Amino acid sequence: MVEHRPVLTALAHAVLILGVLAVAFPVWLAFVASTHPSTTFLSGLVPLWPGDHWRETYGQMFGTGISTSGAPPLGLMMGNSLIMALSIALGKIAISILSAFAIVFFRFPFRHLAFWLIFVTLMLPVEVRIVPTFKVVADLGMLNSYAGLAVPLIASATATFLFRQFFLTIPDELVEAARIDGAGPLKFFRDILLPLSRTNMAALFVILFIYGWNQYIWPLIVTTDERLYTVVMGIKRMVDVADAEPQWNYVMATATLAMLPPVLVVVAMQRLFVKGLIEQEK
Amino acid sequence: MQSRRATFRSRWLPYVLLAPQLLVTFVFFLWPAGQAVRQSFLREDPFGLSTRFVGLDNYTRLLQDPGYLNSFQVTLVFSVSVAALSIGLALLLAVSADRVIRGHRSYTTLLVWPYAVAPAVAGVLWWFMFNPTIGILPYLLDGLGYDWNDRLKAGDAMILVVLASAWKQVSYNFLFFLAGLQAIPQSLREAAAIDGAGPVKRFVTIVFPLLSPTTFFLLVVNVTYTMFETFAVIDATTGGGPAQATNILVYKVYQDGFIGLNLGSSAAQSVVLMGIVMALTFIQFRFIERRVQY
Repeated sequence: MVEHRPVLTALAHAVLILGVLAVAFPVWLAFVASTHPSTTFLSGLVPLWPGDHWRETYGQMFGTGISTSGAPPLGLMMGNSLIMALSIALGKIAISILSAFAIVFFRFPFRHLAFWLIFVTLMLPVEVRIVPTFKVVADLGMLNSYAGLAVPLIASATATFLFRQFFLTIPDELVEAARIDGAGPLKFFRDILLPLSRTNMAALFVILFIYGWNQYIWPLIVTTDERLYTVVMGIKRMVDVADAEPQWNYVMATATLAMLPPVLVVVAMQRLFVKGLIEQEK
Repeated sequence: MQSRRATFRSRWLPYVLLAPQLLVTFVFFLWPAGQAVRQSFLREDPFGLSTRFVGLDNYTRLLQDPGYLNSFQVTLVFSVSVAALSIGLALLLAVSADRVIRGHRSYTTLLVWPYAVAPAVAGVLWWFMFNPTIGILPYLLDGLGYDWNDRLKAGDAMILVVLASAWKQVSYNFLFFLAGLQAIPQSLREAAAIDGAGPVKRFVTIVFPLLSPTTFFLLVVNVTYTMFETFAVIDATTGGGPAQATNILVYKVYQDGFIGLNLGSSAAQSVVLMGIVMALTFIQFRFIERRVQY
């Protein structure tokens, strides 16, 4: 702030408070809806204040799910989402750090080609090539499996670039010192590179966990078995009831819990999250 | 490509290290993309019994299809609206947060979390708020004399998906604008203030021009976001309707391929979209090289 202008500062606070409220309002409404019995939604207006029916709603969702709209119990869906998010995040980090290591610390024929092949994946989001990718996964017999949910998504150009960028900043003297001390490439990787990359890995993990948890179209098409539903796509199945209004209290309970883990990750690890987000785009 | 001076020597190890990434890339990215290109030159009969080569026929049909041209137009309106809305709001919030000294960190926390909300969930939340019978917003609009119905009115459906998509994207843009604002040296603003420039003039002549690389970068990222990631918003709410009013290009690829089973046309649409992503990625990387110099 350059000069003292209380009016402008007050205006800034007002804008921010309005912004915070506008951003939170849809989520508040969803939470409120999940605490009322379904009869509330038959007529009239959605309430703005929480009711006392939350135990029944969440109990039912965690206990048995809603068989009429094909939703398995929430715990199962959340577990599937967790497995998918963790496999995607850890898988991407693992294969990307290995490829960045190969590209930066070795000279070998086709090095540039390998780099460009990885780069190309950036230009092929899954939405664009959805039909042929589905066919490949079907031909490999990976439909309705955890491998089918995660493996096709774990190639990562951005993670590879991030690690490559970081590896390029490691001083040559460190590599030479390690070599003089008789460390081979794998020992150097394990004892020097991995510990140095810890912060980068953590920052990347936060971003990729959210990415994995929020996947929608891919689980929607590769799973038809209820036991493999993830929570984000499960909402869609619950909303899609033929010729009837969805059971809003259950839908919103599911939505609330689907948001909870990734939002908690962002809030709890805000610094890592911001670092991951901004560095990923460099 | 940049290289290091000190490297390790091994004939086979780098290939082993690269193998998992390249395998996934080849099997799940390059091969399907190649298949899409191949399929776009073929036509299958409705029973899938025979295919024949039809040259560019799928593409010419696509360009003559009013549904496809409509989808282009819808995508354009959608992308521009989401980008303009979310960038504008984020800039306003970032400028405010940059001005505030006390509580600036808690505001940031309270504004960034929607980044973590899945697009599909964001769609459902707004769909619920705009529900014509029980939603809160139609109730308020009714008080103003407007009869909201996103299931019947094309304009209403578009507004719904734009709001849901922009809501989620504001947090991302906010973070980048805030970082951009904090990178502007304080001395520049002070010098301008001493020369008698008020806050508005300083913003217009100094701050905003210095933010232009960030703004341009966000524009590209937001267009990419609206073109591809918003698939979930559309699918969870309007399903492309009413009457194709929100049928954006990515959604149409999915609809024609999975539901309509028109594989040739869907593949041709995939190829067109790949061209668009390539162009966007190219612009983004060209720009980033300049940003580093800047």
